[in-house]
Formats: sequence, structure tokens, C-alpha cells
Amino acid sequence: MIAWTIYSTFVGAFAVLLAPRTWSRPLALVAAFAGFFFSVEGFFSRTIDFAHFTTIVRLPWVPVLGMNYQLAVDGISVTLCLVTGITAVSSVLFSWDVQERPNEFFFWLLLVVGGSYGVFLSADLFLFFVFYELVIIPKYFLIATWGSTNREYGAMKLTLYSFFGGALVFIGILAAYVGAQKAGSLSPLDLQQLVHLRFPVELQNWAFPVLFLGFGVLAGMWPFHTWAPTGHVAAPTAGSMLLAGIVMKLGAYGALRVALNLFPQGFQMWRHWIAILAVIGIVYAAAVALRQRDLKFVIGYSSVSHMGFVLLGLAAATGLGLGGAVFQMFSHGVIGALLFAIVGRMIYPRTHTRDIYELSKFNLKVALPFAAVAFVIASAASMGIPGFSGFAAEISILIGTWTSYPVGVVITGIGMALVAAFTLRALKGAFFSDQPQVEPAAAVLPPITLPEKCGAILLMGVTLCAGVYPQLLFDRINPALRDFRLFHP
Amino acid sequence: MAGLITSLILIPLVGALALWIGRPRNSRVVTLGFQALAILYVLLIWQRFDSTSGLPQLVEQYSWIPALKADYFVGADGLSLLLLLLTSLVFPFAILAQRGSRGLNALMLVMQAALYGTFTAQSFVLWFVFYEMSLIPAFLLIRLWGGEKRDRASTKFFVYTFFGSVAMLLGFVALYVERHTFDFRLLVLLHQTMPPLSPVVGWLAFAGIFLGLAIKVPLFPFHTWLPDAYETAPVGVSMVLTGALSKMGLYGFVRFLVPLFPEQIRIAGPWLLTLAVCSIILASLAAWAQKDLKRMVAYLSINHLGYCLLALFAITAAADRRLGDMQAALSGVFFQIFNHGITAAALFYYVGLLEERRGARGFDNFGGLMQRTPLLCGWMSVAMFSSLGLPGLNGFIGEVLIFKGSFATAASFTAVAVFGLLFTAIVFLQAMQSLFSGPLAASCSTLPDLLRREKFVVVPVTVLMLVVGIAPEFLFKMVSETVTHMARVLS
Repeated sequence: MIAWTIYSTFVGAFAVLLAPRTWSRPLALVAAFAGFFFSVEGFFSRTIDFAHFTTIVRLPWVPVLGMNYQLAVDGISVTLCLVTGITAVSSVLFSWDVQERPNEFFFWLLLVVGGSYGVFLSADLFLFFVFYELVIIPKYFLIATWGSTNREYGAMKLTLYSFFGGALVFIGILAAYVGAQKAGSLSPLDLQQLVHLRFPVELQNWAFPVLFLGFGVLAGMWPFHTWAPTGHVAAPTAGSMLLAGIVMKLGAYGALRVALNLFPQGFQMWRHWIAILAVIGIVYAAAVALRQRDLKFVIGYSSVSHMGFVLLGLAAATGLGLGGAVFQMFSHGVIGALLFAIVGRMIYPRTHTRDIYELSKFNLKVALPFAAVAFVIASAASMGIPGFSGFAAEISILIGTWTSYPVGVVITGIGMALVAAFTLRALKGAFFSDQPQVEPAAAVLPPITLPEKCGAILLMGVTLCAGVYPQLLFDRINPALRDFRLFHP
Repeated sequence: MAGLITSLILIPLVGALALWIGRPRNSRVVTLGFQALAILYVLLIWQRFDSTSGLPQLVEQYSWIPALKADYFVGADGLSLLLLLLTSLVFPFAILAQRGSRGLNALMLVMQAALYGTFTAQSFVLWFVFYEMSLIPAFLLIRLWGGEKRDRASTKFFVYTFFGSVAMLLGFVALYVERHTFDFRLLVLLHQTMPPLSPVVGWLAFAGIFLGLAIKVPLFPFHTWLPDAYETAPVGVSMVLTGALSKMGLYGFVRFLVPLFPEQIRIAGPWLLTLAVCSIILASLAAWAQKDLKRMVAYLSINHLGYCLLALFAITAAADRRLGDMQAALSGVFFQIFNHGITAAALFYYVGLLEERRGARGFDNFGGLMQRTPLLCGWMSVAMFSSLGLPGLNGFIGEVLIFKGSFATAASFTAVAVFGLLFTAIVFLQAMQSLFSGPLAASCSTLPDLLRREKFVVVPVTVLMLVVGIAPEFLFKMVSETVTHMARVLS
């Protein structure tokens, strides 16, 4: 059933493109909901074996080259499909007011979503790569056509970085493909088979960093993160939500599913470097966010900081670390999307500014109380206050990492304090400022609409649920991780 | 069917939800209703509580995050029960002290739930959830309803506390990696039975947890957030901050820092004792120098909590420790925790009354109040005397026990700390003189005396102070077994 997430979304995308203009929004919502429904169904399914990456569809595609249309699922895939579904629904809700060419807008949006489902479910390396690249093009159009500040630059930078990362990934995949053929494998692109191969150490030692770097670009790994803040700022709200919520996870997921799984020895050799880059990313991005005036930049850098936790958890190479990393992918997907939704959709169109000091003149806590409450909750979640999803992820990453990199964990603590500092600064500046109200028009900001409220409540509810009962996710993630090659040398 | 303690934690939360969704017109009455229910539950817990055992009772334990071996695990021993009682008393008192809006009352209720959770959680992750749950409401309460310098004060409060929390979290992470559990009692047990932690991990964990708690209490030199926050916060919030929230830090010291790191405390003992003595002396001197009544009470709060830390450090750091001294000191700490909660909250309440009447709270703004408002002055003096430790009132018993227990183990430090008492007395006498006696200030000539609704608050609180001061037996009974148990664990 979970394969239908992909089909329903793509069918929905083309339906939206061809439908009359007025139908586009409801159709897009239906398509997003369908995907969401199938992902929830998969998440709570009793028939799926969460502990093993199990094939659900396998059709020959180019038999000569060993390519198959092959989908598989385990606990990690369903978790990430779920966050994709949640982000998709909420980003459609937060794009309810798109007036300019809505058909195309929702078409591109759904293509991103469908491609992401595809990435999370592919079990064939080539298919994985096709879906992975499929996501890049619609992103470009979304940002370049419907974006805001500096959109051409942002779109181009993001696309070039993505293609650069994609090229590295492609090299890594080719290395695995050729290596597997040399080893005599009959299905050299089948992830499930490849996992059992032992690639020569020399191959692993150079292929792993290439592959990981390629994925790391998309995951916002320092110092290749610079596309993320500009891209997030330039993108339309739904675009930022998808970027933060899903697209950055594609990189992290690829690093976990492909790079770590195929080249465990290469990973062991290079993981110290990953940890160093991750810790630098966490602290550096948080420090930069502290100095930003544009709220979207603040959130953009916070995304980089949060993704640093994912990379740190991966580098830990322990069950808890990896589990925390996947949890953080889920958690940041929800929280990042919520933050961008509040700033990009609830605030900016009403105030026409995202500058913290300008916003302080609007007395937003009175003018937009719902947005203020939502932002308080999102901030708390983003800071890692216990009871929200971010905390469960961070604590397991910290515990998982401690044995390998205690110093890194302590430095990460500084990063966490910085995250709290810049979040508080943004919260205070934008919502709870005491500046005398100079804008007379501020008092009559249009109220928050129903779709916006629904989207925000969905995201807030999810981060709260995952925070109060994190085991729901761990029950699916951890069995799948136990099956990883890394733990069976 | 949720157990008693879980229900107790849920009651204020349900109340907050009711305020948020139901939008009742008279939010204060609804709030007080939920708090009355909470008191009822605390009494029920007290009734079921078996005071002949020092172990956590009414325990509820469910698997919560098996991946982290973190359980939903609550229970109450004597100390927990004492603090539940304190929380349940201070909060309604604070709600009565101010005419808060709906949002303020809802946030207060969230904080109350957080405190109930903090004082009953038996496992770190759960404890930390509740500990942090109080942070955002407290920040918002100061930020939104505070006085003049609220922006700076709330930020300082949040940044300090959050930094401390991160340090504490890292400390526990280090501990968990070695011990593989978050359960407080199990950690203590493992500490006694297993080989000690490696020095680096031990000191790192100690430093992190110590920093977090020292900021929360606060201990000199981590106290600088407190005067600003207490001064700016609305009266009711100040009462809660000092009466209940500051006890979270102390509770952490008693519950896990002291039992888990006796070696570290022993080695760092002289330094820690110095800090505690500095807290006591410097804070009382600072209080002496204040021109603002609320700030004065805030500094005295640091001074009073310093006594608790002095006793805790003294009994842990000493080389030869007799069980009797430790019991004395520990019961002193427990009494001081309870009494300081009541007394300091009462003092803030009176300051609030004065400020409400006069519209200012500097010493210069008042004079000769005795002629105009004798009742207010009289009742307020009782709270002041209780705070400076007059025998017969509640403050005395705790301080005597603390001094007895610490003098036996750390005589020189305790001798210096006694001067803190002297300074406190001077501070209060000076305050009484400038407020109550002398010629009636012109600006005070129209101030009304205690109103009837205020008497309904003042009288029960004063009676409580007297009862605890004269017949503290009922509190002793509640905590004595817990004290014995803890003293045995420590020695």
C-alpha cells in the first residue's frame, strides 16, 4: 500500500496541471492527503516488517544493465514517508492563497513530494538516483517563479549545488555498481543484495567520502551549506517548508541508506571528519543565526544547525546515535516546516517585512495572537525543550555520540545554548517587543485564515506527540537500524 | 486509571486547558477551583502516605522510551510530599495576590503542574521534562506581565537557566553512558555498589549538573539573574518563583547531586562551602544596601537558600560524620525549604500590597505607616520576624537545625555564616524603622489598611507560620524517615 504514496502524488500532480484553475487547490490538497493517508497507513501497518528492508514491488526495467523498478520499505522509510506526508499536506494548506499560475505551482510542489516518497522507498540504486534528481528541477521552478527575495540567485545557487552533489553521488553509485559487477554480483544495483557484498577496502576508502559528500551537500553539511539559507529565503513559503522538511532529509537519508550501508569500512575511516564537520556546522550556523535580522535567514541557519545534529548522530555509529539522527530528520522536518510556515505565510504577507526590528513595531502578540502562540511552541520545540520532538532526538544523539566524541558533545552543548539564544532573540524581537507602535495600520492585520490554522495545528500536534511519546518512532526506527551492515561487521 | 500522583500533575494542566479553551469570564475563580482540587489530592496523598518508610511511595512506573531506558516513573517520599504541600499552598496564595488575566492564570497553572512533576519524578528524563516545562511559562510571565525592566530581566533569566539546563543535560548524558540508567535511586545504588566513575567523567558530570542546579537555586556567583527577575515579575509570579521554583534547584541537590557525587563534593568541599558562605553573607549585605523593597526581599531569598546549601555541603564534605549531625542538618534543610517558601512568598505578598496602595516600593516612598495602617504593619512584621528566624515562628527551627548540623562538621564556615543572621536582622529592623515608624509621610496619609479579602489571605498564612513554629511535629513526622534514609545513604 505504501507504494501508492508515490503513485497518488504523481497522478495528483498531473491532474492538477490539467485541471481548471479553480480546481487546482482542492485537487492538490486531495493528492497531498492521499499521500499522507498512505504514509500513515504504512506507519501504523501491522503487515510491514519494520526490522528489514523488505521488497514490496519489483519489476524489470532495463534487465541488461540490471536495473529494476524496485521498492522496499522498513521502519526508517515509513518514518520519513510520514514526515513527507505531513509536510506535503501542511505546505499545500499554507499555499492556499497562491494566485499566480496555481496549477503549475501545485504541479511542481507535488513533483517534489512524489520524488521524495520515491527516494525514501527505492531499493534500486539507479531508481534511487532518478528520484533523487527528479526533485531538483521542480525546486528550481518553484523558487525562480514564485520565490521572493533574490529568487533567481537563490534558485540558481541551490540548483547548482544540488547538481554538484548529485554528480558526486552518481560517481559513488557508479563505483558501487562497477565494484559489484567485478565481485560477480548478478544484481549490481539492488540495495538489498549490495549490502551483503564486501567491497574492497581501497574502493570503500575513496568511494565513501565522494558519496557522503554528495549527500552531505543536500543535507546542509558545513561548509557546503551555503545554498540552504539563501535557498530557504528565496523560496516561496511552501518551497521553504519542503526544502527544510523533506529535501534536506533526502541527503541525510541517502547518506544513511546508501553511503553508510554500502561502505561501512570507508565510513569507519572517515567518520571522525564527519563528526568534526557536524559539530562545526552546529555551532557555526547557530552563531551566524544570532546575527541575522531577517527572520527567514535565522530559520534557514537554524536548519543547518539542526541538520548538523543529524550528521553528528550518523558519525556516532551507535544504535542510539543513528536512531537519534533519523528521529531528528523527522523532528526537524516538522519543526522547520512550522517555523517557515509561520514566518513566510502568517507574518510576511501581512506585514511585508521579515526584519526583526521592523516586526517589533507591529506588536504581533496582540495583532496575531495565534501566530505568536504557534511561534512560541515552534521555538520551544526548536530549542530542544523536553516534551517536544527535538529533545528526544537530541538526547539520544548526545548519548550515542558521547562514547566516541565526548569533546564534540560538550561543544555541541554550546551550540544548543546558542540555538536557544537566537531563537529567543527572534521570538522576543518579532513577537514580544515593547517598542511603541508606530505603524497605525498594524492594528488591522488580516486575521489568520482557517487553512493556516489547520496546517499549523497539524504540525504542532505532531511535534508534541512525537515529543511526549517518542517510542512510537523509535519502535520503527531502531529495529530497522539493527539490521544495518554497520552493526554486523 | 491514573494514580494519585499522575492525577495531581494533570489537574492544573486540565485547568490551564479549560482556561484556554473555555475562556471563562472569571478566570481567577476557575483557577482557584482547580487549585483547591489539587490541595485535596495532596491531602489524599498525605493520608495514604506511610511515614514509617523513607522510600518513594504511591509509585507509578510505566515504560515510556525504552530506547533510552527512560520510564514514566513517579513516586513521593517525605521530601516530595513536603514540596507538593508547599507548591499547593504557595500557588493559590499567589493567584489571590494579583488580578491576573486569563493568560497569566493559565501559565501559572502550567507552572504548577511542572512543579508537581519535578518533585515527584524518579527518573531523570521525566524530571527534566517537568523541570524545563516551567521555563517557558516563567519566561512569558515575566516578559509579558513584568514591570519596567522586564525585557532584560526575562532574557537574562531564560538564558542563564537554559545554559544551566544544557550543562545539566550533558552531565547526565555522561553519567548515563557509564551507568546505563536514568533512575535516580538506581543511580545512587550503582554508585555505592559499582566501581567509581573515571575521574574525567565523574568531574564532567558533576560540573555540568552542579552548574545547572547552582544557577537555578541560585548560588553565588550564579545569582545575578535573580534580583532582576524577582523585582520585575508581577507579585504573584515573584511569590511562585521564590516560594516554589527556587526549590527545584535545591530538590535536585538533595535528590541526586549530593548522593551521586560525594567524592567530588568532598574534594571541592572548601570551595563549595566558601561559595555558600558568600551567598549568605554577600546577599544579606546586598539586601542591606537596597533602596527597593522587592529587590531587598529578592536578595534575602538568596541568603536563605544559601543556608540550605551550606548544610548540604557541610555534611557531605566533612571527614568524620555522625549520623545525628547529618540528620539534624538534613531535617534543617527540609524545614528551611518549606519555611522559606511560605515566608518569602508572604513577604512578596506584603510588598505587593504596599506597592498596590502607594504605586511605588522604594523605602523613601513610605514612612510612619504604623499610624495609618497598623494592621498591615503588624501582620507584615510577623512575616519579617519569621524570615529573620525568631523563635516561635517557622523560620527558627530550620535555621537552628542547619547550624547545629553544619557546626559539627564545618565549624569555621558555619561561624562566618552566622553573621548572615545578624545582617538579616539589621536589614529587617532597618526596613521596619523606615517603613513603619517615624512621622507619617504625606504621600501615605490616605493609604487604606488591610481589606477584608486581604485578611482572608493574611490570617491563614500567619497561622501556618505560628503552627509550624510552635508545633512542627507534623512536618517532622512526614520527613523523619526520609531524612534517616538519606543520611544513611550519605554515610
